[in-house]
Amino acid sequence: MKFTVNGHQTYTFTGSRDIDQGKPTVLFVHGASLDHTVWTLPARHFARHGWNVLAADLPGHGMSDGEPLPEISQYADWLCNLLDAVGIEQTALVGHSMGSLVTLDCAARHPDRIRALVLVGTAVPMPVTDQLLNSAFENDHDAIDMLTAWGHSPAAHFGGNETPGMWMIGGLMRLFERAKPGTLYNDLNACNNYTTGIEKAQRITCPTMFILGEHDMLTPKRSALELAKNIDNAEIVVLPKTGHTIMSERPDALLDVLVRIV
Amino acid sequence: MAKSRFMKFDTMSLHAGQHPDSATRARATPIYQTASYVFRDVDHAASVFNIERTGHVYSRISNPTNAVFEERVSALEGAVGAIATASGQAALHLAVTTILSAGDHIVSSQSIYGGSHNLFSYTLPRFGISTTFVHPRDHDAIGNAIRPNTRLIFGEVVGNPNCEILDVEKVAQIAHDHKIPLLIDSTFTTPYLCKPIDHGADIVFHSATKFLSGHGVVIGGVLVDGGTFDWQNSGKFPTLTEPYEGFHGLIFSEEFGPAAYITRARKEGARDFGACMSPTTAFQILQGLETLPLRMERHVSNTRKLVDFLSGHSAVDWVSYPELPDHPDHKLAAQQLPKGAGAVFAFGIKGGRAAGHKLIDKLNLFSHLANVGDAKSLVIHPASTTHHRMDAAALEAAGISEGLVRLSVGLEDADDLMADLDMALKSSQRTR
Repeated sequence: MKFTVNGHQTYTFTGSRDIDQGKPTVLFVHGASLDHTVWTLPARHFARHGWNVLAADLPGHGMSDGEPLPEISQYADWLCNLLDAVGIEQTALVGHSMGSLVTLDCAARHPDRIRALVLVGTAVPMPVTDQLLNSAFENDHDAIDMLTAWGHSPAAHFGGNETPGMWMIGGLMRLFERAKPGTLYNDLNACNNYTTGIEKAQRITCPTMFILGEHDMLTPKRSALELAKNIDNAEIVVLPKTGHTIMSERPDALLDVLVRIV
Repeated sequence: MAKSRFMKFDTMSLHAGQHPDSATRARATPIYQTASYVFRDVDHAASVFNIERTGHVYSRISNPTNAVFEERVSALEGAVGAIATASGQAALHLAVTTILSAGDHIVSSQSIYGGSHNLFSYTLPRFGISTTFVHPRDHDAIGNAIRPNTRLIFGEVVGNPNCEILDVEKVAQIAHDHKIPLLIDSTFTTPYLCKPIDHGADIVFHSATKFLSGHGVVIGGVLVDGGTFDWQNSGKFPTLTEPYEGFHGLIFSEEFGPAAYITRARKEGARDFGACMSPTTAFQILQGLETLPLRMERHVSNTRKLVDFLSGHSAVDWVSYPELPDHPDHKLAAQQLPKGAGAVFAFGIKGGRAAGHKLIDKLNLFSHLANVGDAKSLVIHPASTTHHRMDAAALEAAGISEGLVRLSVGLEDADDLMADLDMALKSSQRTR
């Protein structure tokens, strides 16, 4: 479904259902240079079970017009602009990777709009190596290779996709390749420059859950656990033998956890 | 951080798609010989049916053993996903019907397997899908054959039986300039020799009966989605970009992005047409896939020896193999198939049809049958077998002469193969 946000056409997957202001809402936020399709399975689940689902393409991503935003806080404000455009006052927020920083920042600065927060594959800070940043700046495929290789757990490099017949490595690579040139660099740079995560975490008041991959090489578990210490009563779930691409590596386990808080 | 690293081809041939079985710790891929799967509860059932959760419902649509095979081929091809089918022809049918409907049109290479030619020439027209055949080297003709209703370009990496090489990169560009995908039959080359998706192709299929399995004991196919084609931007493929009432208004391109095509193929084609692979077949193909790199190396090295031998034989008029300097695609083959141009090639025997028949009757080691890609060496006379449905004009257009003999070179000792050929060739030239 398309909404106009800040003058731009914005695609948001709603589970093929109309928005009903009387229902609870869950808003999913994808990671750097990706799009809403990473959330298709849980989005379909919550849509069928009576939630308003908003799996948004951030500006300049996927099927949304506009340009990617240079700062995490701008993406966070944009989420509120999206909620305004849809007519939703309050939502649960689920963010992955860069999306987890966006949702963290949004929940800290707009607490009245957020009733629950789920950080999937997160770390604060979220530093990006010069090697990766430089490759992304050059729109070099090496950047995609690095993120795809490091984004999957050692086990996932052998496959064993829970979705029959699908090759996770290829799927993620194609998704990165679809992004417009410059998008990946913009987003990685935004992650790299986000330095206020701990401070934002200390301001979180809503129920919060961390869903982490035991073998996440991009946002290591130890970093997320440090972040969690700054949020009162944060629930932590560590999925065994799982990397950063939790939605494709462990889709059913992720959903089992999400339904507990969303 | 260390440099990114993916598993290499030989490793993936053995491991991709499979971990030791979670229930039994079996190292080999178990054969899940079951028609259906027990749901945890009612909501779990609804969730799997509605693509909210992963899992298997019914083995016509997916099966754990087949899934290992599908994932392994996807990994080897550099794709997003695959579907195992009952045969290579079932894979081609699924490839076409996932995106084409009555009124649509295909541009196909004329140098293709006889069964594919028959499907396009006679069977699909009954369902309103027409095809124009063009020479795979004539890129202007390919472009000129594209009509407003053309939805697919099709070809084989190495043509059958004269080994014309399709320039995948150039033909893919023609297809993409017209916002349509390129479908490649990669049966003869396998991903070991050529990965069409790396060269720009969008969809690939194999008859897995051939080199992928290598043992000639099963019939199977596999359809592979590169995930590269932008269906949404093309605007020509409503089965992927408009709501599908057969699945509650699902729009595949919106919900599955790069995996839109293969997801529709499974959710519609596997479900409705039902040409599924037996899990036992998938297991048997997996045994072959494990040794694909080793076998292809040997297939190619034996082929090179036989090509060299036949090129100098007094009973042979000509040999058509892309690695020969006089082959029209010699340079392209070196670029696109650097590890070898396959193990299927043709030669012309002096004495035409009669000599060809004598040759085949005299051969002892080569098996006379309608197949390729076996571990054992095979021989056939296309004009009277695989291409017998084609009339004289179509045969000529496909470059098939009466004396043409096709070999599929196996894994035997090359000296034994050459001795068998030498004996039969000499016999074929005797007048009595």
